[in-house]
Amino acid sequence: MRLIWLVPCLPALGALVNGLAGVRLFSRRTSGAIACTALLAAFGLSAVAFIQLLGLSPVSRVVDVVLWTWIPRMPLQLTSATLGSFSVPLALRLDALSAVMLLVVTGIGSVIHLYATAYMAEEPRGGYARFFAYLNLFCAFMLLLVLGSNFLVMFIGWEGVGLASYLLIGFYYERPSAADAGKKAFLTNRVGDWGLLLGILLVFATFGTVDFREVAAMVAALPAGAHVGVVSAICLLLFIGATGKSAQVPLHVWLPDAMEGPTPVSALIHAATMVTAGVYLVARNAVLFSHAPQVMTVIAVVGVVTALFAATIALVQPDIKRVLAYSTVSQLGFMFTALGLGGFTAAVFHLVTHAFFKALLFLGSGSVIHALGGEQDMRRMGGLRKFLPVTYMTMFVGALAIAGIPPLSGFFSKDEILLRAFLSNRAIWAVAVLTALLTAFYMFRLMALTFFGEFRGAPAESPLLLDGEVPHAHAPHEAPSMMTVPLMVLAVGAIAAGFLGVPAALFGRNAFEHFLLPVFTSPGHAELAHAGAHGVSVGGEVGLMALSVVVAVAGIALARRWYVVHPERAGAVAAQWPRLHRLLLRRYFVDEFYGVTIIRGTLASSRWLWRFDTGLVDGLVNGSGKLTLITSWFSGLTDRTVVDALVNLLGRTVAQASGVVRSLQSGLVQNYALLMLFGIFAFVTLYLFV
Amino acid sequence: MENASHLLSLILFTPLIGAVVLLLLPKAATTAIRGVANVFALAGFLVSVPLWFRLDQTTANYQFVERFRWIPSIGAEYLLGVDGLSALLVLLTTLMGAIAVAASWTAITERVKEYYVFLLLLQTGMIGAFVALDFLLFFLFWEVMLVPMYFLIGIWGSDNRLYSAIKFFLYTLAGSVVLLLGILTLYFAFHDATGVYTFDIARYQTFAFAPALQWWVFLAFFLGFAIKVPMFPFHTWLPDAHTDAPTAASVILAAVLLKMGTYGFLRFSLPMLPTATHVFLPLVVTLALIGVIYGALVALAQKDWKRLVAYSSVSHMAMVMLGMFALNPVGVTGSIIQQLNHGISTGALFLLVGIVYERRHTRAIAEYGGLSKVMPVYAAIFLFMTMSSIGLPALNGFIGELLILQGVFAVSKVWAGVAALGIVLGAAYMLWLYQRTMFGRIEHPKNEDLADVGPREFATFVPLIILAIWIGLYPAPFINRLNTSVARIVTRVSPQYADVFKAAGIDCGAGAPQAPAVAAAGVPSFAPPLASSALSASSAASAVPATSGGTAPAAGGGLGGFGSAPCADPAAAAGGETHK
Repeated sequence: MRLIWLVPCLPALGALVNGLAGVRLFSRRTSGAIACTALLAAFGLSAVAFIQLLGLSPVSRVVDVVLWTWIPRMPLQLTSATLGSFSVPLALRLDALSAVMLLVVTGIGSVIHLYATAYMAEEPRGGYARFFAYLNLFCAFMLLLVLGSNFLVMFIGWEGVGLASYLLIGFYYERPSAADAGKKAFLTNRVGDWGLLLGILLVFATFGTVDFREVAAMVAALPAGAHVGVVSAICLLLFIGATGKSAQVPLHVWLPDAMEGPTPVSALIHAATMVTAGVYLVARNAVLFSHAPQVMTVIAVVGVVTALFAATIALVQPDIKRVLAYSTVSQLGFMFTALGLGGFTAAVFHLVTHAFFKALLFLGSGSVIHALGGEQDMRRMGGLRKFLPVTYMTMFVGALAIAGIPPLSGFFSKDEILLRAFLSNRAIWAVAVLTALLTAFYMFRLMALTFFGEFRGAPAESPLLLDGEVPHAHAPHEAPSMMTVPLMVLAVGAIAAGFLGVPAALFGRNAFEHFLLPVFTSPGHAELAHAGAHGVSVGGEVGLMALSVVVAVAGIALARRWYVVHPERAGAVAAQWPRLHRLLLRRYFVDEFYGVTIIRGTLASSRWLWRFDTGLVDGLVNGSGKLTLITSWFSGLTDRTVVDALVNLLGRTVAQASGVVRSLQSGLVQNYALLMLFGIFAFVTLYLFV
Repeated sequence: MENASHLLSLILFTPLIGAVVLLLLPKAATTAIRGVANVFALAGFLVSVPLWFRLDQTTANYQFVERFRWIPSIGAEYLLGVDGLSALLVLLTTLMGAIAVAASWTAITERVKEYYVFLLLLQTGMIGAFVALDFLLFFLFWEVMLVPMYFLIGIWGSDNRLYSAIKFFLYTLAGSVVLLLGILTLYFAFHDATGVYTFDIARYQTFAFAPALQWWVFLAFFLGFAIKVPMFPFHTWLPDAHTDAPTAASVILAAVLLKMGTYGFLRFSLPMLPTATHVFLPLVVTLALIGVIYGALVALAQKDWKRLVAYSSVSHMAMVMLGMFALNPVGVTGSIIQQLNHGISTGALFLLVGIVYERRHTRAIAEYGGLSKVMPVYAAIFLFMTMSSIGLPALNGFIGELLILQGVFAVSKVWAGVAALGIVLGAAYMLWLYQRTMFGRIEHPKNEDLADVGPREFATFVPLIILAIWIGLYPAPFINRLNTSVARIVTRVSPQYADVFKAAGIDCGAGAPQAPAVAAAGVPSFAPPLASSALSASSAASAVPATSGGTAPAAGGGLGGFGSAPCADPAAAAGGETHK
């Protein structure tokens, strides 16, 4: 377990090797092998660490590894009375929660890496290495995110996965839509990060530390009801960050666009791992959030609203990946609902099962897209059951799992959330059940449109193809085993993962909950996260389960009726409510709304300010320059006309005056003698007569 | 210990000697001229490296001091010395100088000799301003810098070079004149009080000038330094100067020259005029906050690559000013670290623009697009520097921004909230720039056969990339070198920290704090946090044990005082200030 630092380092090394050398030197085979080996080794290490962790007693399952002092100690006066000291170690922590996350990231990550080696096979050599460098880079940051023992180390991972996501969404950077989507994802996340960063600053200003466990211990030591204000502020700011990363309303807009990335990326980053970081953030700070009941309500409401909102959009989308993207948003909403209701283990449980079945569904859709030469529009699919039997079977498993059909994994995890909602808030429960119905419906709509009926599309040139790619001219065919085997592995996971947490009502012991619970509670405060978990009888619990199964079956049956048995029904329903259909199809016009308000507003103000800058601010500078020039011209004028004129006047006066006097000085001696004679004559006259 | 070594003089005059040697070379021998210039620029960096290793991190006194008589009749001296702050800035200067000279190899083809002479002269001017401890000597170097830069822009610049060069020169000169008035005011005031005529900076820094005098002198200094930083609304010379300057001059301008302004505040305004600092704090902070948002928004509207980076500088330098005026150790340290970061990232961004400009002779963003395809290495470096500039954690920019925001947050949550918005906008303009230049298909036929960065060009980025990762992952060597300088400055403006530094064993210098009543006046009040109330206690709290722990909180003694910590009305402590 001391070697836990190797887990993020191995994929980082893989990224470095592929990024620096692989792009120029390696064959596709070598690049793929390096990336897969790095992640598989990380998986092996994680598994070993997990087993070692299981060997410890439940309360001592915490291993800290301090790598070095990241930011050295500096004193900081927090108030006139209190003094903190700012210091952050670059430290990792392995505990039950991070161990689970490690296994999810490295396990599902490895499977997706293997799948990608075949999926990306037609990529040119350099691009192939670049792809795997990014993919490994993502894993490294994701692992750091879940291993960080304090907010700031987690934040490295948090922003790092954002960067990797940006690079992978924009992987086909020559496609403007891909470049746009990457930028949109990064910027939307930055808005969330604004909240997260301020939240972290407030955590330090409040507790004098950013370490998760220290903060939890200090919060737990608070008397009940004390400092609710500041704790709520922290939680709300952190939750803003979570809504960005986990694509919750109102910051959900980036995730559907993120489907511009290659499908393995959608599976790994935008379904199984990165988007769950927000869920992880809240779960990691369970004790903190438990002390902010109002914020918890906000989280639950945002979660359930997102779940319903995204599910309704998924009902009508024609693009197979977009349906899955909105489904992901919706399922993340389920997780936040659970978090908001205090069901931290339920949320993480659903995170794990969702990682399996959603990765499976994405990879399955990738197999379909691959078979059709890049086609993503389900209106041009259909009847693929015959051509892609393995993909069909595995995706069917995934669809059943997400719909919540027992005993597949989704059933257990979703049911735990529904149970908790039923106990806490009936309104939230009702919305969640409705969402479950919609989920079953849109998933089987997807299955029906893709695999049933007749094949509707000619595998023709698609607008998504780049110049170099050759459209598939032959009939759709099943993917190579490098792609189908990962599908099967994930299908097994989607079936089996639920058995980790079989509830007591079904004679299980919910091992998952017992494993995780110590993380979500501080010592002596076990009741906080566990409160009300058993407020209903076994019979009632089984009854609720039966209800959710009925709901799921109803959704599936309806989808079958509208899309398989009477395929014309769906169009008729849509025609019946054209406005509603358009509203859903255009995703409630949220993007358009942001476009005309925030984006256009920012750009308009930036252009206005630029005019202000060149016009007024710089205008004043240039104006004062001009003023100086004008002043100097005037002073030049004055100089010439007044000052110089006076000087010249004086000169001229002297000259003229001297002209008069000059005539006296003729230089003729006889004149002078005459003058002298006159002079003597005058003096003598004066002397004699005056 | 004075005159024990002549390290600073060596660092100061190496570029000047290089300039003299260049003057002796024949004009036509351009290759020799380039070679000699590169050798001296590199030597200039190498002789400065001992500063890093030999700097004593435990003392707040100036080090490597050299003192000789210069103009005895007025008390002016040739007095050099550095502390952590100026040592790091000198290292930044010599490194960026070497890089700028190396980057000019193929870019400059006319009047090669004069170009390198001016570039090396500029080096000496900048180093001199950082190492001078005599106020008059500082002013001399401050003015010396202007002349070579004026010629660099005016002769080797692009389109509008004469306008930009004159604007740069006159604008800065206007500030300098007022600055000189301020210096002389202090000089005579110091003489009136002590009977000594001296320009010794260290003595001014420990002297309590009369508050009314401080007010006027702060205003004078502010004008001189704020123009240089440049702070909104004195920034408009910068986009013009940057846009028209040749690449190397842009790099130096962004990386080093702008730091003169912030250095001036840290070296002179804050320690010499602590009372006035608090008086003017609201004004400076307001201008800084406007600058952060304003610079970022205006950058968003730019169609010229260089002008965009120039406006990003306005935003980043405003952030530096904001951190400085938090007047606490975290904020000031962050401010200095961010100065280095800005030098590294923005310097690199200008180098990057220079590379494509040299190939295509245009800076219009619309002329580019799709460069990733033909210049993959260039695109990778550009991406790296973009991430460094927008503060991606684990790279340098984040450390600076984090420390600044944490420092500011302790003073005002609203300021921090507004400043953090600048980070969102920073990502917006940089990523949009990246998309418009690097992504998409190549639309312009001339871009189709652009050469990727060559070995020489690549070499200029290597030290910057290393520094970005180093500061990002392990900033301790930098922060530790700054501790005592920061302590000395902070103790002067926030005397309440004097005891804190003593307790932490950090030398904060001999500067007697001003009257505490005045100095504390400008600090706004805010809700008390829940943190433990003693430094020692919270140090115990953050020392995370590296062992597999039990369930007992690792906080140790820090939590003991927690329950009894003074707590305000919870409603008052609520996030009202935070997320409005």
